[in-house]
Amino acid sequence: MVGDNRRRPPLSCRRRPYLRPGPEGHAITVDNFGPLLQYLVSGLTNGAIYALIALGFGIIYNATTIINFAQGEMVMLGALCAISLYQLYPSLPLAFVGGVALVTVAGLLLERLALRPARDVSPITLIIITVGGAVFIKGLAMSFWGKEAYTLPPFSGSTPLHLGPATMMPQNLWVLGVGALVVALLEAFFRLTLAGKAMRACAYNQRAARLVGIPASRMVQFSFGLSAALGAAGGILIAPLTLGVYDMGTMLGLKGFCAAILGGLGSSLGGVLGGLLLGVAESLASGLISSGYRDAVAFFILLVVLFWRPQGLVGGRG
Amino acid sequence: MLRIRNLFAYYGAVTALSGVTCRVREGEVVALIGANGAGKTTLLNAVCGLVRWQGEVTFQGRSLAGMAPEAIVGLGVSQVAEGRQLFAPMSVAENLELGAYRRYRREERGAIERDREWLLELFPKLRERQEQRAGTLSGGEQQMLAIARALMARPRLLLLDEPSLGLAPLVVESILATLGELRAQGVTILLVEQNARAALKVADRAYVMETGRIMLSGSARDLLQDRQVTRAYLGRDYKEFTEGR
Repeated sequence: MVGDNRRRPPLSCRRRPYLRPGPEGHAITVDNFGPLLQYLVSGLTNGAIYALIALGFGIIYNATTIINFAQGEMVMLGALCAISLYQLYPSLPLAFVGGVALVTVAGLLLERLALRPARDVSPITLIIITVGGAVFIKGLAMSFWGKEAYTLPPFSGSTPLHLGPATMMPQNLWVLGVGALVVALLEAFFRLTLAGKAMRACAYNQRAARLVGIPASRMVQFSFGLSAALGAAGGILIAPLTLGVYDMGTMLGLKGFCAAILGGLGSSLGGVLGGLLLGVAESLASGLISSGYRDAVAFFILLVVLFWRPQGLVGGRG
Repeated sequence: MLRIRNLFAYYGAVTALSGVTCRVREGEVVALIGANGAGKTTLLNAVCGLVRWQGEVTFQGRSLAGMAPEAIVGLGVSQVAEGRQLFAPMSVAENLELGAYRRYRREERGAIERDREWLLELFPKLRERQEQRAGTLSGGEQQMLAIARALMARPRLLLLDEPSLGLAPLVVESILATLGELRAQGVTILLVEQNARAALKVADRAYVMETGRIMLSGSARDLLQDRQVTRAYLGRDYKEFTEGR
């Protein structure tokens, strides 16, 4: 990772060059409200992606009490799979659905091949296995897609929209809209369907869940598939704004983890809130202070939360 | 119906069950009494597949060796675990719904709905509180919900672990009274209790466990009169005991 950063500019510089605040961004006065709005828009967009990743962390944590550090790689796989599918057959809806489906299978395979054989060991061992899985997936992606960055066309053109003094790409709206839709669907799944209720029951009391006949191991597997799908959706949504590269997942995964901790691990409201807050905080910091601090903000917030409010804002199960 | 032969179970190096043999016949209420740490809960958990064991456990002639807990529920064995083990943040209705988890795919909804109605009739308090979170119920109501949830799976054999724990005597009485009603409905019951006197009153037969072994067995009425049992588990006055000699 360190080596990567030396070879290429840091992620923050590669991401969304057109949204990076220009020199005028540093000269904010009280009556110059435009840049602030601009930061908010770009912060919420990134934040929505963090939120999707954070939700994935929460789902797996609830089912297994482990942190799946391969979550970020699912985001990368989502972006790259969708890009490759799009190159095969240029249809964005198909690329989206296909990408999510492929990565869901990858998530299920990760659980089946790497984690299940090691059942009955301590959570920390399982967490280290996920780190290993992440490195493995990243390596596999590098040998398959190479080191270059790929683009995915925006879902609906690239004519900027003007929102008062701020400008946003249609893709920003797609990210926010689809992100909100996914969260709503997820919530409906957990509240209204029997399978969703069974997953929640497993999270609250796994022993009792098994005693009423809920197959806990299938729920664990399902949670890996579901969170891989969430990550993939995030990766595909963000791909037109950033680029798809084999190593994009690591940083996104860590940011999503920060967001999950910030909001409260295991709480879906917390994941969404944490993701959006983190995105906005990052974007404000890089706009108002210096873009070099973008990544530092996330980890600074992580440390502060862990010191003072380890259960997160909403008080998840962390 | 349930046959246990020469059952051993271990927690690490500790032997929790050493050679337990017992049986429950169809339609019976059998009590399993004994002090803390005697292995009663372990025995129930072994039957449910939560604890690894060696020996022989058969339910309706079918060996339960190596079966997962959820598969054993499918065969018709449900446990009401110690401490209720409800899904506390979920509503009463959701707890009941999950109790029937395995039936939704195999049976029509009407049958499940009828069972829910029957249980709400059996425990009218639960009907008033259907939308309430399970964790906010009183202890007695939680125990009723735990029993109702287990019955939603339509078990043939119901295992009850300490249903009287931490409840007021009147509540205990009403819960134990429902067991009689359940038996009339054809549910076989294996009841684990520390409250031996209450358990022996509702049971047909009983086993007395001590340090992982069955020490005594017999009809509940005989055991209620047995001196040893009286002294060790029923807490008869010491004076009465010595004077009786």
